[in-house]
Amino acid sequence: MNAPGIGATRYIGQRVPRKEDPRLLTGRGQFVDDITLPGMLHVAFARSPIARGKILSIDTAAALELPGVHAIYTNTELAAIKVEMLSFYLTPPTVPITPLANGSVAYVGDPIALVIADDRYIAEDAASLIEIQYEEEDPVVTISDAKTGAPVHAGTDNNIAAIMGVEEPDEDLEAILHSAPCLVTHRVTHQRIAQSPMETRGVIVTREGAEELTLYITCQSPHMIARYVSLALGLPDTSIRVIAKDVGGSFGLKNHPWREEMSVIIAGLLFGRPLKWIEDRVENLTSANQAREQEFLVRTAFDANGRLIASHGDYSVNNGAYPQGADCNIAVHMFMWAAYKMPAYAFLTRGWYSNTVGLAAYRGPWAMESLARETALDIAARRLGLEPIELRRRNLVTLTDQPLTTPFGIPLGDITPAECLEKLLETLDVAAFRVEQAEARKQGRYLGLGVAAYIEPTGSAGSIATMTGELAQLRIEPTGKVTATMSTHSQGHGTQTTMAQIIAEKLGVAYEDVTVFEGDSSRGGFSPGAAGSRQGVIAGGATIKASELLAEKVKTLASHLFNAPVESITIENGMVHIAGAKEMTRSLRAIAEIAYGEPARLPPGFEAGLEAQYRYTPPPMTFTSAAHACIVEVDTDTGFVKIQRWISCEDCGTIINPAVVEGQIAGGLAQAIGTVLLEEMSFDARGNPTAVTYKDYLLPSISDIPDFEYLHACTPSQSVGGIRGVGEGGAIIGPPTLVNAIADALAPFGEVPVELPLTPVKLLGVIEGRSLAHKAPEPVAVAAAAPLPAAAPPAPPPSAPSSAAADGMWKMILSTPMGPQEMKGQFITNGTLLTGTLFSDVGDQEFEGSITGNSLKWDLKVKKPISLTLKYDVQIDGDNLTGKVKMGFFGNAKLTGERLP
Amino acid sequence: MSNHDIELTINGRRFAGSVEARKTLSDFLRIDAGYTGVHVGCEHGVCGACTVIVDGRAVRSCLMLAVQVNGAEVKTVEGLAAPDGTLHPAQQALRDEHGLQCGFCTPGVLMTMAVLTAGNAKPSEESLLAALSGHICRCTGYQGIRRAVKRLAGENL
Repeated sequence: MNAPGIGATRYIGQRVPRKEDPRLLTGRGQFVDDITLPGMLHVAFARSPIARGKILSIDTAAALELPGVHAIYTNTELAAIKVEMLSFYLTPPTVPITPLANGSVAYVGDPIALVIADDRYIAEDAASLIEIQYEEEDPVVTISDAKTGAPVHAGTDNNIAAIMGVEEPDEDLEAILHSAPCLVTHRVTHQRIAQSPMETRGVIVTREGAEELTLYITCQSPHMIARYVSLALGLPDTSIRVIAKDVGGSFGLKNHPWREEMSVIIAGLLFGRPLKWIEDRVENLTSANQAREQEFLVRTAFDANGRLIASHGDYSVNNGAYPQGADCNIAVHMFMWAAYKMPAYAFLTRGWYSNTVGLAAYRGPWAMESLARETALDIAARRLGLEPIELRRRNLVTLTDQPLTTPFGIPLGDITPAECLEKLLETLDVAAFRVEQAEARKQGRYLGLGVAAYIEPTGSAGSIATMTGELAQLRIEPTGKVTATMSTHSQGHGTQTTMAQIIAEKLGVAYEDVTVFEGDSSRGGFSPGAAGSRQGVIAGGATIKASELLAEKVKTLASHLFNAPVESITIENGMVHIAGAKEMTRSLRAIAEIAYGEPARLPPGFEAGLEAQYRYTPPPMTFTSAAHACIVEVDTDTGFVKIQRWISCEDCGTIINPAVVEGQIAGGLAQAIGTVLLEEMSFDARGNPTAVTYKDYLLPSISDIPDFEYLHACTPSQSVGGIRGVGEGGAIIGPPTLVNAIADALAPFGEVPVELPLTPVKLLGVIEGRSLAHKAPEPVAVAAAAPLPAAAPPAPPPSAPSSAAADGMWKMILSTPMGPQEMKGQFITNGTLLTGTLFSDVGDQEFEGSITGNSLKWDLKVKKPISLTLKYDVQIDGDNLTGKVKMGFFGNAKLTGERLP
Repeated sequence: MSNHDIELTINGRRFAGSVEARKTLSDFLRIDAGYTGVHVGCEHGVCGACTVIVDGRAVRSCLMLAVQVNGAEVKTVEGLAAPDGTLHPAQQALRDEHGLQCGFCTPGVLMTMAVLTAGNAKPSEESLLAALSGHICRCTGYQGIRRAVKRLAGENL
């Protein structure tokens, strides 16, 4: 709703043309590779051709002789500048990570040396002249290799990168599962995905003296890059400016710099001339972090009427060698049954290290929950003889069930997946489709209908250090035009458009008169940018609040200038009107010229100028709901899938621009279709990637994607403006919708194993009742145990067990669902009594507990992100401690620590 | 490595350069001539982002060498709009139909559309879609591009 007296023209909800398009359509965008700086040199990397091994020697002599080569750096040279490779949560890594390989390589493509040369051609020539000798070792490639193979990282006991949940079976839950009238045991295998932004990674670094550093980098937020680089390099005294005007897509890949970008930045600091690195596509497909390689075994019990009774999930995700934050994807379990009436759910969730390129984010990182749940529900429906829609009606949380709190402690107040499903069914005649399907089958044509429903947390803020609010800074310039500097960032999201729409409507000015600036860390304030479907919700709210503040300022000034009551003043289309006094109508420019230039005419205490800013922090989570349906025909001669119809019904609250919303849904769905039918980043048994070009890694083309139909439910959220996020939904709900349609089409032949991608060969296997897929190569014989590094220091002698061994100050890292949390703990023992204090970013907390020998136990109640009692169980071994913390429904989290001097 | 002198027309203006034989047309247009609207997405001829018009034909400038365009007329996305700034019908169609998001693949898409609609030709929707299947867009799900295709094919939306 408009505040009274503000602009009559509605822009929110309109398909206005995008502000970004005139430059992008005419080749005037500014992507990182479009920048050229005086004296700039070019970087190329020499990379490992093997997945695992020791580096015996690096000979750069021949490469250095090549004319045009200026320098070659290995990790030895880069080590002159200390760097800590942080996660997205800005926490330190769980295994040592260096920008360039440090004595060994852990995946094919591992960067070993960096060449600085006159141009990229010469740099690549030189990189190929570097001679590197290796002692090759057997790699750990797949999740199953990781479970049994030698540890990828020296000094670790196994390949578990992160673990939560409960390893021991819960006897009560097992009894429920096994005695249920219908138990669906469902194994889902998800292939590895390359995010594949059309613009690859790239960075330009230029050091301007000791105190200034400027980066041009393709990213998801210049502010996030500046924060990351400052902390990773410990450069608090250096002003870091990050510029990224246009970015050619990201989809999670460019959240923060990783090994190559940090190598180039450090090389730039060392070499002192501007350096440019632009990743090529082969590098992008082999060396840029990837996502989604997962296995999920879900067992779900139903009563005879199809109502959910209980479920258990055993989940694994391949973290590769150097993930951007070791991850066991707890969000999969948090949202697995959040929108369903599920009485009991337990899980074990693990992330595994392997000799493959590391794990990064990809649009809807927890999407496996929707794929596993929604496909399991359809299997159950087939077994129970129910229409899949009816099974969902019996189990989905409806608006009348709310408010409620999920077993994970997530409060639900306004989710609408059930309502979206009903709205969808007003457009989709299921009964008519079933008749058509039956007729088609008689003719040997196999049609299928797939339906799925889900909810998604969007606009998250306040629980994770980097997931903050958003800042809007608005000015009415002395010209009367309006400019905004925002913390938002677009990689195609169109925030320069949507934020301008809000400003135009809320301030009462023409859309054409509003300009939004973003893409420069020297403008606006911190935000992580486009991550977690957050900008519409949070920056939208910030923009509304800042516009209201600025409108009030204009009205206060006009009231003073014209001696009229504030209530009588309106701003419409850039003109300030006073009710009943047409002759006193003034342009915003006239008012602004006074506000800036004639201080004597301002009211007492009025700050000169027309500027306002607001940083908005929304509720911790804003939920988006959706139900989708698609109809396919599977050709039983070829195994090809033709998508005939796809209907999306999403509830993303207040819509700022339907074209932008539908663009986000369509883009996500296209990626979903690629995931289900085409894309596959795979490795051979030696860890060699087998899809290294776009001829092997198949992205959907225009002929693979149907026309989508959109229905919008528009239930306003609790955030300012009522907006809900929509960036990731299509990529989350798309895969189960399509898999369910294929499974429905092929139901007469049996169940379709959910092993993505569902290639024609796999589907023909189902149709012909025999596996036609390539027999998987026998797992490589993995050495029973990796030889320990020769230089491993001897373990310190265990200290004598005594309670006093615990006393003192400890640095600890707790692996929580929101990423590793660093804290300090002070322990004081007195006999068996333990007292202490934990010091962390969220504040200091005192506790009491007990000590027995070297074993410490205490409980701690926390309020953030939800109310929980944390049960600490810690063992002290000399100057190190290890333990676990039971965190209610989140299961167990690992704690490690060391004594502080 | 020897250099070769070449002379050509880019967007109606004469341009002379000296290039190594191995230099791709895309690098030449971007780096030597400054037409950074030519976007390089894969450098192996699949994604289509680098498509430019050489003597009236759409080519992937990452797969052509600069020495091969000696004497040719080259058009890049920068030369598509009229000198007064009026957008080319393909540009206008993509703008009106929200046919782009990040805009990285857009120049290539536009050049293919421009070649097929040159001289007020009204190609069939099928032939436009067939040509555009050689362009990868990771953002839009192709919905706006399809609507633009329908317009360029002269169909009522």
